[in-house]
Amino acid sequence: MSQIGSRYKKEYWTRNLTYVGILLAIWFLVSYGFGILLVEPLNTIRVGGFQLGFWFAQQGSIYVFVILIFVYVKLMNRLDRAFDVDESEDAG
Amino acid sequence: MNVQAWTFVMVGLSFAVYLGVAVWSRAKSTGEFYVAGAKVPPVLNGMATAADWMSAASFIGMAGLIAFMGRDGSAYLMGWTGGYVLLALLLAPYLRKFGKYTVPDFVGDRYYSQVARVVAVVCALFVSFTYVGGQMRGVGIVFSRFLNVDINNGVYIGMGIVFFYAVLGGMKGITYTQVAQYCVLIFAYLVPAIFISMMMTGIPIPQLGFGGELADGSGMYLLDRLDGLTRELGFSEYTAGTKGTLDVFFITAALMAGTAGLPHVIVRFYTVPKVRQARSSAGWALLFIALLYTTAPAVAAFARTNLLDTVTNAPYANVPEWFTNWEATGLLVFEDLNGDGLIQHTGAASSIPNELTIDNDIMVLANPEIARLPNWVVGLVAAGGLAAALSTAAGLLLVISTSVAHDLLKKTIWPSISERGELLTARIAAGFAVIVAGYFGINPPGYVAQVVAFAFGLAAASFFPAIVLGIFTKGTNKYGAIAGMVAGTTFTAWYLVYFTLAHPELNTADHWWFGVSPEGIGTVGMLINFAVAIGISLVTPAPPHHIQELVEEIRVPRGAGPGHEVTA
Repeated sequence: MSQIGSRYKKEYWTRNLTYVGILLAIWFLVSYGFGILLVEPLNTIRVGGFQLGFWFAQQGSIYVFVILIFVYVKLMNRLDRAFDVDESEDAG
Repeated sequence: MNVQAWTFVMVGLSFAVYLGVAVWSRAKSTGEFYVAGAKVPPVLNGMATAADWMSAASFIGMAGLIAFMGRDGSAYLMGWTGGYVLLALLLAPYLRKFGKYTVPDFVGDRYYSQVARVVAVVCALFVSFTYVGGQMRGVGIVFSRFLNVDINNGVYIGMGIVFFYAVLGGMKGITYTQVAQYCVLIFAYLVPAIFISMMMTGIPIPQLGFGGELADGSGMYLLDRLDGLTRELGFSEYTAGTKGTLDVFFITAALMAGTAGLPHVIVRFYTVPKVRQARSSAGWALLFIALLYTTAPAVAAFARTNLLDTVTNAPYANVPEWFTNWEATGLLVFEDLNGDGLIQHTGAASSIPNELTIDNDIMVLANPEIARLPNWVVGLVAAGGLAAALSTAAGLLLVISTSVAHDLLKKTIWPSISERGELLTARIAAGFAVIVAGYFGINPPGYVAQVVAFAFGLAAASFFPAIVLGIFTKGTNKYGAIAGMVAGTTFTAWYLVYFTLAHPELNTADHWWFGVSPEGIGTVGMLINFAVAIGISLVTPAPPHHIQELVEEIRVPRGAGPGHEVTA
């Protein structure tokens, strides 16, 4: 740990917080936004047998949640390697 | 073979598998007992987390709840899945880096305080016992209907099985049993869903059939037909909401934060070898959960449509067999008010009085019979319901036993206790917890899904803020954390008890504060916790230097221990 300067560490953390912030904004938008607050206006749009707001509330938001986590995993693995804080050299 | 025989075969086979797995993977050290030696591969941990997570409430209760609530049920779907995003982004990787065994371990160490640790243990026990109550009712329902035994005997059988593998196998045994249970429960959920989707819409994927056209040649969309049926019979329209927007918002938030704060879910992320696997196993867990959670609303819509089509104005004299079977359990009640011999099933807005009362909890179990699926499918669903209830019960029992043996005894009362003594205490505590769970099974409190919803409110108001602040701020100190947890939990518990136990007659939207129902109050408790913790931390001394270093340390992945392996 000692080889990592504190400015370097701070930048790693800021980047992490940026990713988390952006992903949580999307998380909020698809569930609380599309599924709850905007459900009525979106329901005027129809996709097949679904009203769009209803679809986001009972289907779409869940699909987006799964994608968000895997995107985060990918972003963080790349960030860990770029800042040399990944675990590849750890035993076990 | 009839339904009864198939149920015995399916349940018997699945139980044999669980016991075999339990014997093969029994725990030999406290490290294996508490966190499976931190050696579980992420995909398997994802499956185990999914089974741990998806309880009787998810399997048996949820689709039924949504079937009767329509769009209002969305809060449960989004709440119980969106929490995993919080878990993966805000908690799991850091808690894995921190290591150790339990949530109270983190709270106690991060807030350098035995008081904080004990407060966390009390919250963990409170949440786990509330939650376990919901599971046992699920076990009782399945046994009483499908194995034709008395509910009480059914609960005893279930408890015996859980006791065997939780006490013997610890986390290691539970993890691998849960992987098997996930496979059983998801198969049992998807098979009837696919059958019914094919039958009703001609589309084999329930998620698509949900938005598809009916196969009866009318060219009408399923959801339009369901909206029409519900409107005609005086129920609220299926895709329209009746709950206040603010209430739905708060319920969803309470369920999400609660999911991320449930001790038996968090502890699963201590069991993987690395930080990066803690992140990815949260993703796998949600993928496996989403498989069921995106199917459930489809099942709910199919079941409600089928039910309304089947019973509306049907002559009571020739109702199908499932109807009389469920009547025998008392979960379905018909009363011929107007004496015309026909079933009138109507909603509040109808001028015709309703004659049929259906318990939410029977919808999923009765669905295959309502749709006249083959008998083996009905047996499979019973096995799946039991897998869901037992896997969650086992995970909870483990949290209870770990809290008692590790957090209370080893870390608080008797630090010099030997490894062997600690393991023995953990097993005795698990045994004790089984008995308490059995009591709840025989004297069940309320609806499965609602009881469980309360556990979430409490988890949201206690752990979630304490852990998030512990990771994302360095300045939150022990005074703030303790005061926050106490304030959040006390407020939430008080609101819940006031409206559900003390004054159930006042439990209506007119009396709720700002229209927030008891299910959503955990969100307010959480906000109180955050506000109190931050406020008090500002006016009291900052945490010592080594704690601020600990926070720096858990923010980077490198250096996560190989798990706390101690050999007995």
